Amino acid sequence: MDQEMIFLTILGMGLVTFLPRVLPLLTLTGLSLPKWLIDWLRYVPHAVLAALLLPSILLQDGQISLGLDNLFLWASLPTLGVAIWAKSLFLPVIIGMAIVIFGRWFL
Amino acid sequence: MKNFYPAGKDTILLSIISGAQKALPIVFGYIPIGFAYGVLAQKAGLSTANTVLMSVIVFAGSSQLIAVEFFALGLATSSILLTTFIVNLRHMLMSAALSPYLKDWKKGELAAFAYELTDETFALHATRMSSSKVGKTETFAINLTAQAAWILGTGLGVIIGGRIAEIEPFALDYALPAMFMALLVMQIKGRKDVVVAVLSGLLSVGLLLLGFEQWHVIIATVVAATIGVGIEQWIKK
Repeated sequence: MDQEMIFLTILGMGLVTFLPRVLPLLTLTGLSLPKWLIDWLRYVPHAVLAALLLPSILLQDGQISLGLDNLFLWASLPTLGVAIWAKSLFLPVIIGMAIVIFGRWFL
Repeated sequence: MKNFYPAGKDTILLSIISGAQKALPIVFGYIPIGFAYGVLAQKAGLSTANTVLMSVIVFAGSSQLIAVEFFALGLATSSILLTTFIVNLRHMLMSAALSPYLKDWKKGELAAFAYELTDETFALHATRMSSSKVGKTETFAINLTAQAAWILGTGLGVIIGGRIAEIEPFALDYALPAMFMALLVMQIKGRKDVVVAVLSGLLSVGLLLLGFEQWHVIIATVVAATIGVGIEQWIKK
């Protein structure tokens, strides 16, 4: 594929990425939504975050791994503790990363 | 006069700084992933301009990595576009979930905001917007910082390209999981929220194991949020 065709494909990708991002914001913000839909939308962040998070700490190479070699899983316990205690975004990230660095260098 | 507080240069600057600070965990996550994308795009035969332009125009990590793979395999444009569309459908849910908080924004501002809506910026905005009213300057500063980090990572990947990237010793690959966890903890307000989150997470893992690689997040989210509403209706009765 030549670079011009690749560029046109990138423009198309930009369009099909932008539409799902923008259409609900443009069409829904003016409306007053029914209660059940607002409840449903309120659950979306929890659900999305957990759906992104759990595979990254439970799976290793596409398999469930609860063994001691799953560093992300064990690092997540103190990270979770710091997150609950500190209620901050930055602190759990920094401490979590420090634990993983320590684990990779010394364990 | 006394109650009127103009948004002077100082407050704007402070908002930009606080936005950039809030986006820092995203920056840590995006630079290495953007780097990986930059390296792979070069290997797939994309010109430097096209590699960087994709990060400017598309700004969607998973679909950019998939697209590069498809370019390398020489697959048809139509399959690249369809896959990109399907992979990014989940952003419809996120966009809809933020819509109640952005009722007084202008259309142009909504479009500019939506352009940089990703899993990570969404997670951050959902937490900020549900707990208090947020400023537009800080909101845009977060988005711009995130995309700047993504483009910077891409550029570094293009420049350093050939050499193998060792990100593991620095645990940069743990930045995003740790951030998701912190954001989740901030979001959780009651037992029902925990139920929905655990359910969604386990469902997502299960779907991945069954091979639903592009759908696991969207299916798990829809099912878990629906069950959450179901529990609420059931408790009321």
